[in-house]
Amino acid sequence: MLFTAFLSVLPRFLTNDYYLNVLIFIGIHSIIAIGLDLLLGYTGQISLGHAAFFGLGAYITGVLSAKVSFPPIAGLVVALVGVGVLAYLIGIPTLKLHGHYLAMATLGFGIIVQIFFKELGFLTGGPSGLVGIEDMNIFGYEFDSDLKYYYLVAVSLLLTLLLSINVVRSRVGRALRAIHGSEVASSVLGVNVSRYKVGIFVLSALYAALAGWLYSHYMTFVSPSSFGFMFSVKLVTMVVIGSLGSIWGAIFGAALLTSMPEFLHVFANYETTVFGFILVSVMIFMPRGLLRGIEDAILGGVRAVRGRGDEK
Amino acid sequence: MTLSQQILQYLITGVTVGTIYALIGMGFNIIYNSTDIINFAQGEFVMLGGLLTVSSMHVLHLPLPFAALVAVLGVALIGTLLNIAAIRPVKDPNPITLIIITIGASIFIRGVSSLIWGKEPYPIPAFSGEDPIHFFGAVIQPQSLWVMGVALSIVLGFRQFFGKTITGKAMMASSFQPRAARLVGIDTRFMILISFALSGLVGAAAGIVIAPMSMTQYDIGVMMGLKGFCAAIIGGLGHFWGVVVGGLALGILESLGAGLISSGYKDAIAFGILLLMLFFRPQGILGKSKGDRV
Repeated sequence: MLFTAFLSVLPRFLTNDYYLNVLIFIGIHSIIAIGLDLLLGYTGQISLGHAAFFGLGAYITGVLSAKVSFPPIAGLVVALVGVGVLAYLIGIPTLKLHGHYLAMATLGFGIIVQIFFKELGFLTGGPSGLVGIEDMNIFGYEFDSDLKYYYLVAVSLLLTLLLSINVVRSRVGRALRAIHGSEVASSVLGVNVSRYKVGIFVLSALYAALAGWLYSHYMTFVSPSSFGFMFSVKLVTMVVIGSLGSIWGAIFGAALLTSMPEFLHVFANYETTVFGFILVSVMIFMPRGLLRGIEDAILGGVRAVRGRGDEK
Repeated sequence: MTLSQQILQYLITGVTVGTIYALIGMGFNIIYNSTDIINFAQGEFVMLGGLLTVSSMHVLHLPLPFAALVAVLGVALIGTLLNIAAIRPVKDPNPITLIIITIGASIFIRGVSSLIWGKEPYPIPAFSGEDPIHFFGAVIQPQSLWVMGVALSIVLGFRQFFGKTITGKAMMASSFQPRAARLVGIDTRFMILISFALSGLVGAAAGIVIAPMSMTQYDIGVMMGLKGFCAAIIGGLGHFWGVVVGGLALGILESLGAGLISSGYKDAIAFGILLLMLFFRPQGILGKSKGDRV
């Protein structure tokens, strides 16, 4: 509730449209990060290929819009169905794997999808990208300003958030955390481990596809370089830096990593270097993520103060 | 060229590239065996090997063999620094944390390299001329022979090192049973340090021998590293000979696929093979299936 209010008044405090643009990207990235957190944080399954689902969502609606002028809402339906089916088919064999093998399989999948974006030039426009994607309109209503688009993204984010909170708090959520704890123990207790794992993989892929759809009609241009391995890494970083297994953490991580380049502009050429450095330092010193790291530090401080009080 | 000559040509290319993948994969294995870490910065060792050679030649004016030596030792040093600065301080070493740390380190190294060397590609002269050798209608670059020769000596060298020397045996012991190794007085932390140095060494060697054929640039590490990882998994992660088989298989299939099907899909073929392997035989070609213990 509070978050809804926060999202709806946020644009009033912005001094120029550029920040609105950044906010839209934060929203889009948050949607993917929440899905990835369900998979990585709650269920303990890593994916280094989520950029592919984001890209597929963007390309499916983009190609339909640019080549056969499908309305965006129909593009969304096709994108969700297509990505859902693909994620299901890929998920079944992939999620049998663990640890490094799982990381590598999802990474390989992501790279293959990106190569198809580049090579299927007659559909996707090849390496230089796909132009001519139509502006967003839903049943005739045009989202023709950044502010309108911001609200569209905010509503999508809220729906994703509501759904995810419900999933996490339900029976399903408990099953997912049980799988994270121990797959064997949960299957002994009657949890259908592979069904839950594939299910949550598909759900997180659908979030990414939704985000891709929002991205595609906002930019009205997509190119393969936006959906590579590095973007998948960035997504995982959002979730991990935000704090694994916390939906708010995922949003925090997405906000931080999306707005970071704006701060790092000061460093210009040093941007990648600084990004790598921050990534390593956070993981070393706050392996439970920034949000929890700060929480721990505060709690630790409180405890230290109290401890001293007791001694007296 | 007839079809069979073309195929022979693809095979030669495939073996050359495959040897490089095998070397990079071997670097992965050395660290994986001693720490259970997949070092995503492995590809950066390859890139650094090539670029440090370039700098040693042009800035320090060293002849190629000495420049290569300086580069190899330099990268081995960077490997140990990576271990000390980024891996040792980790308090909670679970796989996801470590994957992200090594990815972060690779981004950092790449960033620094792009500042030092810029974004343009650099050539390294071929070790012994560029007159191609004709072989049953196909052509072999002399550099290909260098690649294979260097790789073969490294493989044999490691075989001796791990099988015959005290340090090598101590490393093997630490990787099988770290606790037991510590109990018999082996400094396992030092062994892990050495494994990072060795891994940097073989990565750099791979980067130097391939540079005359493919140029070297600040961002070649990503793909190189991933392909080496593929080789290691295809052969069986952590398996000494497995990575050689895996690298050659990957190189040959990739080269045949690129030549006969489409060069644009070259990397897709490599990762397609990886996926099939993971789905149907995750323990790799030579690896033995281990039952999951609970």
